[in-house]
Amino acid sequence: MDNPFSIDGKLILVTGASSGIGKSIAVECSKAGATLIITGRDSDRLSQTFQVLSGGGHIVVSADISSDDDLQKLAEAVPKIDGVVHAAGIINPKPFQFIDRKELEKVMNTNFFGPVLLTNEILRKKKINKNSSVVFVSSVSGVLCSFFGGTSYSASKGALNGIIKGMALDLAPKKIRVNAIIPGMVDTGFFQGTSISEQDLEEDRRRYPLGRYGKPEEVAYAAIFLLSDASAWTTGTNLLVDGGFTLI
Amino acid sequence: MEINDFVKNFAEQFDETAPEEFKSDTNFRDLEEWSSFNALSIIAMVDEAYSVKITGDDIINSHTIQDIFNLVKERSK
Repeated sequence: MDNPFSIDGKLILVTGASSGIGKSIAVECSKAGATLIITGRDSDRLSQTFQVLSGGGHIVVSADISSDDDLQKLAEAVPKIDGVVHAAGIINPKPFQFIDRKELEKVMNTNFFGPVLLTNEILRKKKINKNSSVVFVSSVSGVLCSFFGGTSYSASKGALNGIIKGMALDLAPKKIRVNAIIPGMVDTGFFQGTSISEQDLEEDRRRYPLGRYGKPEEVAYAAIFLLSDASAWTTGTNLLVDGGFTLI
Repeated sequence: MEINDFVKNFAEQFDETAPEEFKSDTNFRDLEEWSSFNALSIIAMVDEAYSVKITGDDIINSHTIQDIFNLVKERSK
């Protein structure tokens, strides 16, 4: 019997694949039988991801999606795909009175303009197949809540929330679906070296009704659902994966 | 950079505590107002005013304003 949740044989582009959630998505998709095009800024770490992918035929393209040149290069390099997962993202927590145009532009470039314009570019090149799925790794922040020092990050994810709904409508005639996953905090070291300390994270962790932060693969499984034909009638939605965080 | 200016900049990141309560040997964690949000503000202030990156863990490992001043001075070399 065919498994509707299967992504076996699909060609999937994953951004931000050099670490964290993006890396896990690439690995889990490869285990599920997909062929991957993985991209990220750090070519060394990207090749480490490449080493741990299951199966063969995967492609690595190192690119920084906040750069227009790299974005073009990446769009040129990708073959026709059945799905894309935008997992590249940055965070730089600071109180609102300290942000400025430069800060906002930096965060918006990687978290919003990069993934949106990359999708636009590969679509213009007619490289997104019919019945494909576009998945954005967004966040509960900026959609359902925020966090202290999280203005620029939340703004970028809120902007994604808006454009995803418009994209879902505009791409529906092409039978391309557009959805987001909105995770709560996932254990990835995302906050390492930022203004958020290990102690802050330890306190925050205890606020989750399911008793812990998420594991990267728990976001990857949600991505696999949205990439698979099991979600063929799901578009324009936010899939909440947050350990119950936003219930209280 | 000068310690008195640093103490003044540090004090500005607090909304409830009077500026005169801040001295170089003040153990900032003993202040009633202290929270991790002040830590965020101090880190952003250090970045903006001194172009030095310090982390949340640096703050955890410091006790007095002087400790943070020393760290910033060391890293601004």
